[in-house]
Amino acid sequence: MELLYQCLIVLRKDLLQQWRARARLAAVVAFGLTTLLLFSFANGPDTTMLRLNAAGYLWLALLLSSTLSLGESFRVETQNGALEGLLLLPTDPRAIYYGKALGNLVVLTGLGLALIPVMVALYDVAIPMGVPRLAGVIALGSAGLVAPGTLYAALSTRARGSDVLLPLLLFPLVVPALLSSVKATALILTGDPMNQLASWLGLLTAFNLIYWSLCGLLFGRVVED
Amino acid sequence: MKDRWEHLVGLLGLALFGFGTWHGLVVAPPDIYMGDVQRIMYVHVPTAWAALLTLTFAFFVAIGWLVRGTWRWDALQEASIEVGVVLGALLIAQGSIWARPTWGVWWDWDPRLTTSAVLVLAFAGILALRSFVDDPRRRATWTAVAAIVAYVDVPIVYFSVRWWRSLHQVQSSPDTVDKPMVLALRINAFALLFLATWLVARRYRLARARNRAELADMEAA
Repeated sequence: MELLYQCLIVLRKDLLQQWRARARLAAVVAFGLTTLLLFSFANGPDTTMLRLNAAGYLWLALLLSSTLSLGESFRVETQNGALEGLLLLPTDPRAIYYGKALGNLVVLTGLGLALIPVMVALYDVAIPMGVPRLAGVIALGSAGLVAPGTLYAALSTRARGSDVLLPLLLFPLVVPALLSSVKATALILTGDPMNQLASWLGLLTAFNLIYWSLCGLLFGRVVED
Repeated sequence: MKDRWEHLVGLLGLALFGFGTWHGLVVAPPDIYMGDVQRIMYVHVPTAWAALLTLTFAFFVAIGWLVRGTWRWDALQEASIEVGVVLGALLIAQGSIWARPTWGVWWDWDPRLTTSAVLVLAFAGILALRSFVDDPRRRATWTAVAAIVAYVDVPIVYFSVRWWRSLHQVQSSPDTVDKPMVLALRINAFALLFLATWLVARRYRLARARNRAELADMEAA
């Protein structure tokens, strides 16, 4: 109970920080939009191909943007020894991890939702299974990116060469989350006659359960050393 | 000479590898379907075992560092991750060479292939992480955390890609393989195991020596 309370306080602090630095948040959204636009150039103006690959493009845009938002969430903590201050408080380091991870989840899911209308406009996709389901998949997939991402951001922002390090560590790791998110999103965009959606969502949920618990467990060692 | 045993293991590995390779290239019959191309299996499959074993060892060593925190564990981490990445890269190269004449492509999105690629990239990233962190204690802990997180990913990657698509050969078992083939495979499996042990032991000594020098420098400063 105490852990949950502390975690919510960290989350509140993070969201407040994000809100006060909304210009930076807008930059991340602009980055995501630019990436979506660029994929259409890589593909050529073939609408059928674009529609077919829309799910993959959406998730790649989210993954690339996530490295910016994740890195930023810890960069602010390295200024003025903010993280040390946070650790000096009688808080469980797990509360810091879960609070920050939830903060990152809110940001990334928000970005994903903002990208939906742009994806619909640029790639001419329909959403036969409805926007709420798509939003659910975006939230679940973002959770999969954010869980190891928050842990790795905590290391990489305090190492040299942090800009290279975070994607280098994160990208290979999130392959299962990315794969199942893309598959689930594609099924929502093109229809699911074979009922495959549930198995991909199951895989994504399993990935989330494993990494949300494992990273929470290991985070203390990362920030205390 | 306390490092004599590891040289003995290395020499034994080299000798076995020579014998196993001769056996695989000369004594064992060619495969009915694939012909001589199949002979790469005598080094490919043992490399796969050795790579997986070395990285599994790295996973347990990482836990060892987090629990114990003595420098020996960190030197073992560095040694086993580096040897594991080299073996993994060799594995992928051999697989590509075999896949071209057999499947007609250099690369395929098969579960085992993709999983090994992800595994090698993930652990190569950890080696990069090591080179970017200056404080030795922090470097050791971060390596351990990243190694555990990456290793846990292996089965998940495997299953996700397996659902995605599959083409790789079903694993062979000694019952389905001709006797001379089994012998060559077994000899090389031990050869690669000994060679990997030798490399990890050598790399461990180097890491220990560097670590001692680094700690001495820090104390002097």
